[in-house]
Amino acid sequence: MTAKRRAHAPVFAALGDATRLSLVAKLCAGQPRSISQLTEGSHLTRQAITKHLRVLERAEIVRSVRAGRESLFEFDPEPMEEIKKYLDSVSELWHQALSRLKAFVER
Amino acid sequence: MDHRIEKRMELKAPVSRVWRALTDHHEFGEWFRVKLDGPFVPGQISRGHITYPGYEHVKWEAVVQKMDPERLFSFTWHPYSVDPKIDYSKETPTLVEFRLEKTASGTLLLLTESGFDKIPADRRVEAFRMNDGGWAEQMKNIASHVAQKS
Repeated sequence: MTAKRRAHAPVFAALGDATRLSLVAKLCAGQPRSISQLTEGSHLTRQAITKHLRVLERAEIVRSVRAGRESLFEFDPEPMEEIKKYLDSVSELWHQALSRLKAFVER
Repeated sequence: MDHRIEKRMELKAPVSRVWRALTDHHEFGEWFRVKLDGPFVPGQISRGHITYPGYEHVKWEAVVQKMDPERLFSFTWHPYSVDPKIDYSKETPTLVEFRLEKTASGTLLLLTESGFDKIPADRRVEAFRMNDGGWAEQMKNIASHVAQKS
């Protein structure tokens, strides 16, 4: 991976929406899906779904791949894995620090 | 998506004891593993050096925000900024808050660290790298949660 510096903000913002979160949930099952498939069973229009997919695409959470005449969308786990790894490690360091604090005040 | 860290811990010690361990710079240094140059003063920069074995070259720097006795201690900093090649000063700092509550057996400590939205995505905790988290597992949980709700 190149040393690209991408802010986390767009990823968080992109996920802060119930429709987009459910799109990500569908796509993270692994299968690339078409806009029609993603619109199916939703009460939103194809245009609305497309707009949400573009937001996810800009945040690099999903990417589109061509399949013949159709655009398929698939989940790109990398940006979210990066954030999660980072937050997990900071969280773990706090856990260690607070455990030392506990031992310190209880001794 | 959650972009803050929250920890809670029960401590079998009075609130006054925990408060001292948090805000006395010598005591803070002992458990946090940092040697601080001077006392914590709200609005002022706290400087020092990490004493964590192997990371003694790493500087500690934070800006003390609030010291509300036996209730709230907070500071802003650049979390675990251990890579000397990176200039962290240009990045938005995160806010660390320690809140204390008296309980029957001692003290409940609530820690939150917030403001991770603007941390660059390639940030790593280089020196203290942890195991990979199972994001796929997390997404399955979200998926079933969303499925239940819709």
